[in-house]
Amino acid sequence: MSRLQACFEALKFRNESALVVFVTAGDPFPGETWKVLKTIADAGADVIELGIPFSDPLADGPVIQASSMRALEAGVTPPSVIDDVRIAREAGVTVPIVLMGSWNPVMQFGMTEFANAAATAGADATILTDLSPDEADEWKAASNVAGLDTIFLLAPTSTQVRMDKVKPFAGGFIYCVSRTGITGMHDNATIGVSELVTTIRTNIPDVPVCVGFGISHPDHVRAVSAVADGAVVGSRIVQQLHETRDLNVLAETVATLKAATKR
Amino acid sequence: MSSLIQGPSFSSEPDARGHFGPFGGRFVPETLVPALDELSRRYEEARTDPEFIAEFDRHLQEYVGRPTPLTFAENLTNELGGAKIYLKREDLCHTGAHKINNTIGQILLARKMGKPRIIAETGAGQHGVATATVCAKFGFQCCVYMGAEDVKRQRLNVFRMQLLGAEVRPVESGTKTLKDATNEALRDWVTNVADTHYIIGSVVGPHPYPAMVRDFQSVIGRETRAQMIERTGRLPDVVLACVGGGSNAMGMFHPFVSDESVRLIGVEAAGDGIGTARHAATLSLGRPGVLHGSLTYLLQDAHGQIAEAHSVSAGLDYPGVGPEHASLKDRGRAEYAAVDDQEALDALQWVSRREGILPALETAHAFAELRKLAPTMSPDQTIVVCFSGRGDKDVEAVAERLGGMHV
Repeated sequence: MSRLQACFEALKFRNESALVVFVTAGDPFPGETWKVLKTIADAGADVIELGIPFSDPLADGPVIQASSMRALEAGVTPPSVIDDVRIAREAGVTVPIVLMGSWNPVMQFGMTEFANAAATAGADATILTDLSPDEADEWKAASNVAGLDTIFLLAPTSTQVRMDKVKPFAGGFIYCVSRTGITGMHDNATIGVSELVTTIRTNIPDVPVCVGFGISHPDHVRAVSAVADGAVVGSRIVQQLHETRDLNVLAETVATLKAATKR
Repeated sequence: MSSLIQGPSFSSEPDARGHFGPFGGRFVPETLVPALDELSRRYEEARTDPEFIAEFDRHLQEYVGRPTPLTFAENLTNELGGAKIYLKREDLCHTGAHKINNTIGQILLARKMGKPRIIAETGAGQHGVATATVCAKFGFQCCVYMGAEDVKRQRLNVFRMQLLGAEVRPVESGTKTLKDATNEALRDWVTNVADTHYIIGSVVGPHPYPAMVRDFQSVIGRETRAQMIERTGRLPDVVLACVGGGSNAMGMFHPFVSDESVRLIGVEAAGDGIGTARHAATLSLGRPGVLHGSLTYLLQDAHGQIAEAHSVSAGLDYPGVGPEHASLKDRGRAEYAAVDDQEALDALQWVSRREGILPALETAHAFAELRKLAPTMSPDQTIVVCFSGRGDKDVEAVAERLGGMHV
């Protein structure tokens, strides 16, 4: 059983949803990403998404774009992100770690090499926001061999055709995009999410559904937890960490968000 | 007369999923896939719909001013002493460049799809102006993304867009040029896809854009082919065009692709020189990767981060290139050269003085290559240069480079 599968089963048993926390590798502490990951895990997050910065992301809002630019300027590279995962595992981080980014850095690394290196370091899955199943045959095969789950996105615009297309590719969880748009904090993040999650569950019954994009407040997490298997918080965490550079503040925020996942 | 229906002499690329050999495809956030599916479907209907084609042709004729002339460049021919040189005068299109061929086609599609809002990216501002123009004519709301750096160096076109009723949004992210304007436009589209159509200005982006923009632009090559046969009794030996994203080149090349005797030469911007780190010679020096929704040659570092392109010409200042050019290069069907800023500036003045036609800085790159090529050919051979746009927009930038006006 994969780490992600075990995680969602345990949460189901405890009647909680997953708190999924996103941070960009190397921002704000290049070389000490493991401390950030350890803090997030110890504060109660169930899954960590670790962002691989890309110069030209299409799905990211201003907060994560700026974070990516800072990380790139600090010298973060795909190999250094994989190293971050390995070091975090050595430091005792046991929650599932999902690498999230754009396709080109993975392609340039070599897709088989990347899948193997990521899995060996202790990563559990990937989310590549500009790689839809239409172009993902080889990536899916390489990930299967390496033992990495492939997480794909579904959105409010997704038709039946798209749900059918994503179904055989989906692993780990489905990343349900709460609204059309890019990442970032948003007041009305959870409107219409219930219907979308229900539709996805009907079409793809065996894979957990986590909701992201715009989720920033415990109220959002609570609303999402009522209907989905997990809530993803990214921009708020990234922004706060950048502004405070304080791991205690990070721990408090994560703990507060986690409390909202208990049904 | 133009027609979008392709005969057997045309290339059969791309495949149904938008692949030109290993290039092209559709690498976008899932949110956009249904919109691209719809666009593909609508475009497939439109390109074989006699009514759509008739309307497209009518606007090209009545509004754009097509067919554009083919001009024999007698003075350039005499001076270079080699091949006979002809100019396909896209600078005489309404708005001053070839870009409007594509925006007419896409605005008609947007109307069919019932999307009231249009967004576009622009580098030199020519595509932005062409988009603002069709939005004014057909009654659409228009928002153009333009890198803050380009807003500065193409001020005239910014004001033109505003006069035409468009909102110009300067883009401050990344390198503040065409690449970043394209990112912002795609992010806008992801957000507003329900009521917005994105008019991409070149043969780049996710499927169906590279094929669709090529088809709308291939009126250039079809007219040229017919005009050259009428004028000289045969096909040209060389077809020459500048390449940034590559839309004027692709539109010119496409109808000649199966004419094996015709050499197709694209000219990229070498900026400070291909031996330097400051250039935009994507096909000459890049390697395959994914940017803006398709797999193609890119300027990038070892880890896949996109590199900054450099060119005196805002329209060529782009680290990617259309995927069909990547395919034509790898298949050896087209050749790609690169000329630097100084050669382009020299060529701009040379063409202005010898022929009395001021080319855009983008177009001047093709002329810089022409100066090297024509003398190596014989007087019974012919070259057609795609005169992609006029240079009025560049006067200020060129004056600055040349140290001001001489009065």
